[in-house]
Amino acid sequence: MSPAHLELRDLSVWYGSKKALDEVSFSVPRHHVLGIVGPANSGKSSLLKTINRTLEFIDHARTEGTVLLDGENVRDIPNVYSLRRRIGMVFPLPVGLPLSIYDNVAYAPRRMGIHHKPQLDALVENCLRDAVLWDEVKDRLDLLGTKLSGGQQQRLTLARALSLEPEILCLDEFSIAIDPVTTMKIEEVLMRLKERMTIILVTNLTQQARRMADAVAFINASQLVEWGPTEQLFNQPAKELTGRYLNGEFG
Amino acid sequence: MSSANPFIPSAYELDKEKRAQLARWSTLAVTVALLIPVALILTLIALKAQPALSWEYLTGDVSRSGAAGGIWGPLMGTFYLTLLCLAIVAPIGILAGVYIHEYAPDNAFTRAIMVAVTSLAGVPSIVHALFGLGAFVATLGMPKGLLTAAMTLSVMTLPVIITSTREALSSVPKNFREACWNLGASRWQTIRTIVLPNSFGGILTGVILVIARAAGETAPIMFMGAVMWLRIAPAGPERLMPYGLNDEFMALSNHLNLISKDIPGMPEEMKFGSALVLLSLILFINGIASLVRLRLRRRKRW
Amino acid sequence: MSRRTPSRGWRATLSSAADWIEKPIEALIRACGWSSIVLVAAIFCFVFWYAAPLLPKIDWLGPDGFFTSTNWHAKEREGATYGVLAMIIGNFAVAAVAMVIAIPFGLAAAVYISEFAGPRSKEWFKVGIEILAAIPSIVWGFIAITMIGPLLIKYAGATMGTNLLNGGIVLGLMSIPLIVSLAEDSLRAVPDSFREAAMALGANRWEIVYRVLFPAARSGLLAACMLGVGRAIGETMAVLLATGNKNQIPTSLTDPITTLTATIASEMGDAEAGSPHSQSLFTIGLLLLVITCAINLTANLVIRGNKRQS
Repeated sequence: MSPAHLELRDLSVWYGSKKALDEVSFSVPRHHVLGIVGPANSGKSSLLKTINRTLEFIDHARTEGTVLLDGENVRDIPNVYSLRRRIGMVFPLPVGLPLSIYDNVAYAPRRMGIHHKPQLDALVENCLRDAVLWDEVKDRLDLLGTKLSGGQQQRLTLARALSLEPEILCLDEFSIAIDPVTTMKIEEVLMRLKERMTIILVTNLTQQARRMADAVAFINASQLVEWGPTEQLFNQPAKELTGRYLNGEFG
Repeated sequence: MSSANPFIPSAYELDKEKRAQLARWSTLAVTVALLIPVALILTLIALKAQPALSWEYLTGDVSRSGAAGGIWGPLMGTFYLTLLCLAIVAPIGILAGVYIHEYAPDNAFTRAIMVAVTSLAGVPSIVHALFGLGAFVATLGMPKGLLTAAMTLSVMTLPVIITSTREALSSVPKNFREACWNLGASRWQTIRTIVLPNSFGGILTGVILVIARAAGETAPIMFMGAVMWLRIAPAGPERLMPYGLNDEFMALSNHLNLISKDIPGMPEEMKFGSALVLLSLILFINGIASLVRLRLRRRKRW
Repeated sequence: MSRRTPSRGWRATLSSAADWIEKPIEALIRACGWSSIVLVAAIFCFVFWYAAPLLPKIDWLGPDGFFTSTNWHAKEREGATYGVLAMIIGNFAVAAVAMVIAIPFGLAAAVYISEFAGPRSKEWFKVGIEILAAIPSIVWGFIAITMIGPLLIKYAGATMGTNLLNGGIVLGLMSIPLIVSLAEDSLRAVPDSFREAAMALGANRWEIVYRVLFPAARSGLLAACMLGVGRAIGETMAVLLATGNKNQIPTSLTDPITTLTATIASEMGDAEAGSPHSQSLFTIGLLLLVITCAINLTANLVIRGNKRQS
């Protein structure tokens, strides 16, 4: 068995004195899709922010426990930016940067010193295709990213995350602003991307998790209730709470 | 028969409406009554200055204690003083604003910095003059001159630029920063590529206001080497750069201060002339700031 | 489909030069951020330091005392006295006259501009107020001497054009823009939902101002007035030119007076560095610093207290 690509050990997060995440542990093998489900405000986004250490930008936030990326504690990675470049993040609120669409996607590669125009062109096109946005914007790549519609901006955010060629792609409710047809298209793309990266999919849509995830973790009220292979969780949950949530009885 | 139509206002409601109208017109009257005298004063200054105004007045040397000649020396002094002040205060002030808004953690020390900024803004200009004398001249042993005067002005204008920079930065949504951080951009890269370009106009407005402020101030420079008269080379590059960094200098505001006092034989138009030049210079600079702000409001990028 | 993905090499660039420049830049920015706190401390220290040699020698509350007498003979080599009572009274008197003018005008203008004016006329009035704010203090002093002074001699029966009233008028005009903009800010800070709720209950514009906005923005308006006072007390050049510069306790509006600020401005040029005279002027500066800081900090506490409440 291959070692876990990403592993969380007793991870806790505090905001001031409020505990947002309580001793969560799980692991994801390489090229797997982990679905994280749970009601709003249960600490899912905080979990993602600890993985790429953007939680450090929040005042009064504090973590305990370890996050291992390829067996390496992310807290010990000397260059935090290199860590963030290995992890693609898509958060629920679509954010188009006030740059052209092209510059939005080329933003991260440029920060890493890629200025070769043909290389950037290819990269931008690939990422926009993967995010199912290329056909809509290919003729107006110099339009401001902020002028796109909400759904388009969300896909632009996805394209930006893909521009990092990340090892791990974290998606937090990516489909919230996107119509069902486009969502299905993106899901197809994600299944293809699985060949190249590990995907962590935070979602409210339990069916989406069931369709895509190899394993599912259920988080409720800051705690990891249960974690296991998707079908096992959906068919024979060990905890009653899990079954009730996955069947839509609360949340 | 009392009408039951609820859409016809009752006597009480009419009375209320009358009072509202009264309030509206009286506050308008007060506002207009405030602005009309100011407009009159400005017009009067312009009219009385008119006989003195000419190209020769702007480019001529000060002579007979300002009673004759022109204001070239003071004009150049104000120009270089402002330039120097800007060169000192703009980088420090902008970076300080960036620190407070983008870097400073939310703790007691940061709040102390904020208190310091507001306190600094409230320090009277004459106390800045004392500080300049004590710190730069007496303690550091620097000569009274253009540089020390500009440094004193910089201390005075620092809070202006910090405050306007902070405001400009806060107009850039937090989302943009988070998006960049998630892409592996550092704080500084985020600031340089996204935050500063999109708050540029607001910061520029602050910088322009500092120029206006520095050009008009008198108290902080009057003991820092601003003098009544200096000989200025009649031609050549020295005419355009008449003062060295450590030289005494003439400045328009101080010039006006000195000739405002009763000097026998001082023609009225000479006084009003320098007042008008100083005033129009500063209103012009402020006008540029307003234009920048107006353009900014039109051009929405998100 | 041919995917021309770049080699994995570029993504793994762990330490591009840009990453490591972060540290020195952050240090520079931090240093600039601390500058204001350093400067405030330095201003207090230096003003205190150059006043210090005189402080133990000054008679504070005696017959020729600093706070209790009007005998300001700081230049004398023998038997110098340092009474600043007249200047303190002059300072507060001129600020009081200024506020009598500035507060009603300023608040009324703020109410009109923020609540009654249409969008276009609002812009014009704001430009007018901005022009008022832009006029430098020395030009105000000039206006006081050359324009307001003669008017006061002609219509107010003043023997000298530069006096308490003149200074008050000029300072009032100078403080108005500050009061207008701060008061407007605090009126605008009242949530629109308050206005809408009042409107839904049938209140008209004036009732909204009078019964909703004034109570809700009370502390903001108070702070605006206090900062106006702070500005008026610290003002130097206009006061120096406008008030006549006479060291006496005023008994009428048309008496010439002097202030703490004007005294420093008019005497510092002659004071020999390190002399008791210079030290006494630094002592006045220290007093000014304490007064203005106290006013500003109180005003900011009032504003912050309000923010916490809402």
